[in-house]
Amino acid sequence: MSADPRRERRQELHGYIAGLCLALILSAIPFAAVMTGALPRAGIVWTIAIAALCQVMVHFRLFLHIDLSRSHRDDLQLILFSLLIVVLMVGGTLWVLGNQRAMMG
Amino acid sequence: MIHFLFGELGYNALPFYSAIATVAASVVVLGAVVVVGSITWLRGWRALWSEWLTSVDHKRIGIMYVVVSFVMLARAVIEACVMRSQQAVAYDSPGFIPPEHFAQLFTTHGTIMIFFMAMPFLIGIYNFAMPLQLGARDVSFPVMNSISLGLTSAGAVLMMISLCLGKFSTGGWTGYPPYTELSFSPGVGVDYWIWALTLSSLGNTMTGINFAVTIYKKRAPGMTLFRMPLFCWTALCISILMIFAMPPLTVATLMLAMDRYLDMHFFTNALGGNMMNYVNMFWLFGHPEVYILILPAFGVYSETIATFSNKRLYGYTSLVWATVSIAVLSFTVWLHHFFTMGQDGSVNAVFGIATMLIAIPTGVKVYDWLLTMFRGRIRLSVPMLYASAFMILFVVGGATGVMLANPGFDYQVHNTLFLVAHFHNMLIPGLLFGMLSAYHYWFPKAFGFRLNEVWGRIIFACWTGGFLLAFMPLYIVGALGMPRRSQEFFEAVYQPYMYVALAGAALVFCALASMAIQLWTSIRNRDSLRVFAGDPWNGRTLEWSIAAPPPEYNFARIPKVDSVDAFYQAKQQRTAWRAPDEYFDIPLPANSPVGFLCCVSGGAFGFALTWHIWWAVVVSALVFFGSIVLRSFNRDTMRIVPSGEVQETEENWLLALSETPPVANEAMFTTANRGLVREPV
Repeated sequence: MSADPRRERRQELHGYIAGLCLALILSAIPFAAVMTGALPRAGIVWTIAIAALCQVMVHFRLFLHIDLSRSHRDDLQLILFSLLIVVLMVGGTLWVLGNQRAMMG
Repeated sequence: MIHFLFGELGYNALPFYSAIATVAASVVVLGAVVVVGSITWLRGWRALWSEWLTSVDHKRIGIMYVVVSFVMLARAVIEACVMRSQQAVAYDSPGFIPPEHFAQLFTTHGTIMIFFMAMPFLIGIYNFAMPLQLGARDVSFPVMNSISLGLTSAGAVLMMISLCLGKFSTGGWTGYPPYTELSFSPGVGVDYWIWALTLSSLGNTMTGINFAVTIYKKRAPGMTLFRMPLFCWTALCISILMIFAMPPLTVATLMLAMDRYLDMHFFTNALGGNMMNYVNMFWLFGHPEVYILILPAFGVYSETIATFSNKRLYGYTSLVWATVSIAVLSFTVWLHHFFTMGQDGSVNAVFGIATMLIAIPTGVKVYDWLLTMFRGRIRLSVPMLYASAFMILFVVGGATGVMLANPGFDYQVHNTLFLVAHFHNMLIPGLLFGMLSAYHYWFPKAFGFRLNEVWGRIIFACWTGGFLLAFMPLYIVGALGMPRRSQEFFEAVYQPYMYVALAGAALVFCALASMAIQLWTSIRNRDSLRVFAGDPWNGRTLEWSIAAPPPEYNFARIPKVDSVDAFYQAKQQRTAWRAPDEYFDIPLPANSPVGFLCCVSGGAFGFALTWHIWWAVVVSALVFFGSIVLRSFNRDTMRIVPSGEVQETEENWLLALSETPPVANEAMFTTANRGLVREPV
């Protein structure tokens, strides 16, 4: 094996290890926030939400290798589209069912 | 012990509770016996196994999908005729079908038509034609394709078994709880419905993934997204819709299953269940599903109108954007299926306006098609007849759709036959006509001979006439207030319309019979209808540039594309049908029994769950997952077609091509058409 692919492989491995560490840290933070109870309730919710978003970014960037480069533009578009649909479905459901609940109350 | 072996299954599951059920079940059993018997008589089992059931060739999988859909179409049309007959005699009289049986009929009719007629039909057509149009040798995941077919067929088989053992659901094709919960529907019917739907929706999700990846990764060199035929664009849009819209259905049916099997309370009346969330989730799937059904027909019409007008498709880019915007908008309107469920007026208004917006891109499409025909050399082929009927009828249906999008109007006619007329008006011209024209259009490509023209026209006349007679009266009685799904009614004024609708149903039955006759005569006279040269309609896209039927590897050399309508341009520049300079070995995916195993074990899994036969549930699940896991250890998944064989096949075809006399445009529908048409001047 020549030097080049080996270096590439090592870089790839570094990327995965960094991803794993970040994923673990980002999982540990919300757990810690809940278990220690150091923050007020709203603070805990926001911490979990932000950690979850960062977690998604880490997975996309380091595990699925999605970035802003030209060759990954298709993947990025698909992810943005998925995001749109998820927002429509989840947001719409919350809106509709919440409204029905309010009408029944 | 007996209970362990057979679960809830017992003698009382047999269909002897009514004469009609007994006859229906006997027809199914007899049909199965005839099929098995004739395959044995023709000694066809080996060929069936090695060339069809284990095949992963996209063309064969597509054809099998269409076969499944034809069988199911026959059953559902007959059910429709039975229901129409009941309603024709149901004025102030119980008629000949008891209410419970009538409810089973409309439930199976709807379930079959959507999930086991429409979906397999359109997936089959895409499977056959899309890779050919893209210049690809197969879809991206051929084995997964065969597993998808297996799961859909398993669902269809479950539907057929439900006719013989036990009673089907009476909850309508939408299966709304709490009626479908255990407390109101204790029998096996809803379980049949749940597992048939779950199996087919899993298969459809995988098909969506497969098609989307194929379109992104397997286009011929030079074919950018904006050089794809419009049919492929609709394929891309519906695959993305399938990927996102099928999971809500799978989740909703599985949650309902958990309510019924595990005593959960997602949708029950008591203990915090919320049945409105089921309706919400069902239509989160259901509305995009409407466009999964209709966009394929738009794609087919875009191909056939351009081909048979001998003109480039007018407004290609606007058609693409209209398709894409319909696909996206389809996720924003699901609430219009339950305007009356109790949300406030402002929510209804938002969804009503979003619904009306969809009429805009659809209108763009209709104008584009009209302008494609404008000053074209129109040949009134069977697909062109369907396209013209579609454009008129679909506009009528669309207009009633815009009426229904107004929540105030919807409050008046919801749950009446007006709605039934509306969605049949969308789905028959907007799905079935499209698929039937695709069937006539691509049949010669698939089998190497054309379908009989005269019978094609008779089928068209029966379908259009039957549709008009059967559904136009329903608009009137619906506006007069006749509820849908009535087994009996008491208003004398509805009665004459019911007779007209029955006449329509009879014509539709004639259409079904004519389809069988057409297939029969076309097969018998196939030698005079042969089009081996492969281009019987003066086609514009890549699938017409190869032999009919196509060789298993599709293209000896992957074509290069530098415009929309690549093949037509090549014909104009006289660069079409060039022999390749050199022939290469072609690797193809090898046959695999995994799809068939998944079909059998998936079907057994659904059946065992339905009847609570727990040992069979475990065994079939093990076989299902085991066959997929074992398959992943098989590294020998490709097969090589040697270059010598490719060369021989291609040279035979090119020789035949050079000896085929091109037929004049006007004689396209005569037996002189051997698969080559002279370009009109």
